Amino acid sequence: MRNESFSHWRSGIGRVGIATTAVVLFFGLSACQAAQPSSTTKGPISVGSIDDVSGGLSSIGQPKADAAKLAIKDINSNGGVLGRQLKLVAYDAQSDNTKYIQYANQLAQQDHVAVVEAGITSAAREAIRPILDSAQIPYFYSQLYEGGVCDANVFATGMVPSQQLAPMIPYATKHYGKTFTILAADYNFGHSEAVWAAKYIKQNGGTVVKTEFLSLDQTDFGSSINNLQRDKPSVVVSLLVGGNQMSFYKQFAAAGLSGTSHIISPTFGDGQEQLAIGAKATEGIVVANLYLQERTAAANSAFLKQWYAAYGKSYPYVTPSAVAVWNSWHLWAAGVNKAGSLDRAKVLAALQSGISYDGPGGKVTINGASHHVVQNVVVAEGTAEGNFRVLEVDNQVAPAFEESKCNLIKSPTTNTQYIPSN
Amino acid sequence: MKVDQFIVIMVSLLSSVSLLVIVSLGLALAFGMMGVINMAHGEFLMLGAYFTITAVNAGIVLPVAILISAIAMGGLGMVIERIVLRQLYGRIWATMLATWGLSLLIVGVVQLVFGTSSNGIPTPLSTIHLGGYMLSQYSLVLIALAGVLIATTYLVFARTPYGTMARAAASLPEMAAAVGINVSRVNMITFGIASALAGLGGGLLAPLSGVSPTFGQGYIGDAFMTVVVGGASPLLGASTASLLLGGIYAGVSNIVSPVAGTLALLLVSMLVLRFLPTGLTGLWRKARQ
Repeated sequence: MRNESFSHWRSGIGRVGIATTAVVLFFGLSACQAAQPSSTTKGPISVGSIDDVSGGLSSIGQPKADAAKLAIKDINSNGGVLGRQLKLVAYDAQSDNTKYIQYANQLAQQDHVAVVEAGITSAAREAIRPILDSAQIPYFYSQLYEGGVCDANVFATGMVPSQQLAPMIPYATKHYGKTFTILAADYNFGHSEAVWAAKYIKQNGGTVVKTEFLSLDQTDFGSSINNLQRDKPSVVVSLLVGGNQMSFYKQFAAAGLSGTSHIISPTFGDGQEQLAIGAKATEGIVVANLYLQERTAAANSAFLKQWYAAYGKSYPYVTPSAVAVWNSWHLWAAGVNKAGSLDRAKVLAALQSGISYDGPGGKVTINGASHHVVQNVVVAEGTAEGNFRVLEVDNQVAPAFEESKCNLIKSPTTNTQYIPSN
Repeated sequence: MKVDQFIVIMVSLLSSVSLLVIVSLGLALAFGMMGVINMAHGEFLMLGAYFTITAVNAGIVLPVAILISAIAMGGLGMVIERIVLRQLYGRIWATMLATWGLSLLIVGVVQLVFGTSSNGIPTPLSTIHLGGYMLSQYSLVLIALAGVLIATTYLVFARTPYGTMARAAASLPEMAAAVGINVSRVNMITFGIASALAGLGGGLLAPLSGVSPTFGQGYIGDAFMTVVVGGASPLLGASTASLLLGGIYAGVSNIVSPVAGTLALLLVSMLVLRFLPTGLTGLWRKARQ
């Protein structure tokens, strides 16, 4: 009897203890949230990044993570931001969208970062965009994507279809022919991007023979290869993504299709595909992007010198999206310095005022209304040596679709993603 | 349907079947003979691919490079059997957990050593013209090799003294030990052969795919599906399941779309397991009883 009541008493204490802990935790956490150390105090400013350094997207994510580290180092060695040094808090999301959510919350609630640069897939971006929106932490997304995000808190510095597909498809209709097959990764990026491709193909007088969506897990492309042999399109638009889908290019070349159809791809090269599939399969693939390691402009030579000094001369390949990351950090730093404060409203206003930065691929300028960037576009072709040869450079190409739909200066509360109509 | 198109679709069907045989044979052997569910099988394939491209980039011709990677993986498999697996025989969950951990370790080490991208090697041989179509000679070679692999494995396990001992050690280990078979040594060799088959598979796939540290993840799902649908008898199971699943996948992919192909493959697997919980070879065993 005594024992029994004793145990009741014990469990009573247990419950009180749990309740107390909960109360302390709750108040403790809210106290932390109120403090916001990095944005108000002296000392280094914490800034955050999330990239996929391991898992299926690591060939895209590793160069981006390296670019983030180097950009912060570069900004710090040039005096930092507002006279303060930057401290990078970097997480590896391991190609797992749930980890993006976890780390975005961590950056917002524990690390109190002033800005976040993160994300590869559109699925990952959409997973963390609402978190950073509600935490009111400006978010830079530095990756080619299907375009159309219109959100005052978000700045997209990668390529959009009106910069990538717009020059590639007329190039293809002019040089290769007017029949197209579209092969796209089966998730939100691939589907929207396929609509864009079809739109530009129609505008340029071409016809789409077939559109196929392929799972990210797929490794056997036999039936797609057979369809291409049957349809014999002059151009294949490849919107394939990630490690498994790289095999398509090899199976395409192995079936001798390079002789009859030409591949154009906005995604090829951003995951170092040309290294993994080798020169034979890379030859002839046409790409368009904001940057190409092979460019010989002075700005690029200086950038690469810095890159190789940090990571060694044998670094595999500096990808376009790594440069988008580099540009994002420098644009943000320029914005904060212009605002003279880390106050979000002031920083957004400064970034919207048309901030620009002379990056490794040329000048990049934030288009204030759409929060996308005006930048140079390099159209290039894979060579027999397994690298790229520049075909044309289009200077200062605007994000035309985003500009036409999205005006965050006039209506700053807009929060949507515009998609093209067929 | 024209004749050339029909032949091409048949070849792509056989090619899908051969790919399944190549990726699943090692896994089927370890599971059927030793009851080991090797969660690191995909990473064994990946290591085989890496050994092969490294050897080719060092100037060794492809067939030799593939053989080297099979031998290297066989050796590594025996070491892994000694260090990890032999402690865990009969504990299927512990084995799965240990090999899963091993798979993470292998991916991490490969990424540290080789980085996130690799220097890919070209697909060898050229193409055959067939009406309006072209066929990759290498995929024809793979089809033939898948047959050779099955035949060789059959001969090793059915017609050699080692094969008899391995089967004895697999079905009645105590009895096998009582008649003087060194069960522990036989198991080591069997796992070595299973690993060598994985290495060989990875090597054969390397010229057809982009090789990265996550290479194995693209194949592991198919390999497991084949083994589960095939059932416990390693050779018969792997070959009949490859025929069924590869045929369904390639057939539906060619007629409808790859998404429908994957759907059909999963649907058929579910039906097989619903009515034959022990896999296709369960049917064969039932018929014999």
